[in-house]
Amino acid sequence: MSTFIGDWHALVVLFVAGVIPNQIWRMLGLWFGGGLDEGSELLVWVRAVATAILAGVIAQIVVQPPGALASVPALLRYGAVAAGFAAFMLSRKSIFAGVAIGEVILVGGRWWLG
Amino acid sequence: MALPPLDSPQWHSSFRAFFWGVRSVGSTILALVLFATYLGIGALAHDTHFSLAWTLASTVFVWAGPAQIILVSTLGSGATILQSAIAVSVSAIRLFPMVVSVLPMMRTPKTKRRHLILVAHLTAVTLWVECHRFLPQVPRERRIAFIQGLGCGLVFLSVVANTIGYLLAANLSQLFAAAILMLTPLAFLFSTARNCRELADGVALALGLALYPLATLLDSGLDILVSGVVAGTIAYGVHRVRAKAIA
Repeated sequence: MSTFIGDWHALVVLFVAGVIPNQIWRMLGLWFGGGLDEGSELLVWVRAVATAILAGVIAQIVVQPPGALASVPALLRYGAVAAGFAAFMLSRKSIFAGVAIGEVILVGGRWWLG
Repeated sequence: MALPPLDSPQWHSSFRAFFWGVRSVGSTILALVLFATYLGIGALAHDTHFSLAWTLASTVFVWAGPAQIILVSTLGSGATILQSAIAVSVSAIRLFPMVVSVLPMMRTPKTKRRHLILVAHLTAVTLWVECHRFLPQVPRERRIAFIQGLGCGLVFLSVVANTIGYLLAANLSQLFAAAILMLTPLAFLFSTARNCRELADGVALALGLALYPLATLLDSGLDILVSGVVAGTIAYGVHRVRAKAIA
């Protein structure tokens, strides 16, 4: 059971660094929403920064991969993302096609390299 | 699966409406993307040494894939609690306009604010997209129950995916564990690319990917924040310049 829960300190960190900073925005939307224009300039900037942060996280996982993904050579990881992106564009933006082709290249390439 | 017509007796009880919401999880392709994403998050949390309970709690209480990935990867790479909290907070700002735009779709004159707390919590990009698709087919006074059902169904699906991903990462060969970890960046890259409605969003995505490796050279511990704010602000500048050029 203790391996299931882990240490309590980590759960506290989850609430302080994860749950509260996240929920604040939903509850603000609930309390103060309604008066805000979805196309306002401030929100365009906020959305751009939020998108770029997410892009940074995607890049981090591919460039400095965690755990088992680190066993795949860097060029193969980049190649899988590039192939997935090509499939995504060619399939008129099908998320499924992009993910499937990216995975096929990753697994196939790793298997072929031995 | 088709929902009953608007005047069907199926809509007379809130309980039934909730149930129709849960069933609608099966008719959305985004549920598949969500499943893949949370499979990946489960594997990522395992390989970053978080417990399964921690992982499931983050899914139920945070309920925002990007925030969870940012949290896991920043804490896992040694960021302080404050640095992680800032990065999560910035990523979560987008939830504010989503909640603001979703709630009017289900509000009636009798709706109290507390009736909407659960819906606000369940609001994330998947639910936000599906609200626009499903709600026109649901009578207004049953929409809250329907969305609660849909949202709870999606959370349940994600918790299952999380558990499978976590256990697979622990027990699979290195090749397949790597494949599951790769689901996260792929699913997020393409679902974000699909959601880019304005030029600023597309530029932010491309620049954010390109600038992150440069930001790591600074080795500030805030790499993701630095590259995100710089790339996002440049993207906003491009948006402004273009808006002026059109006007």
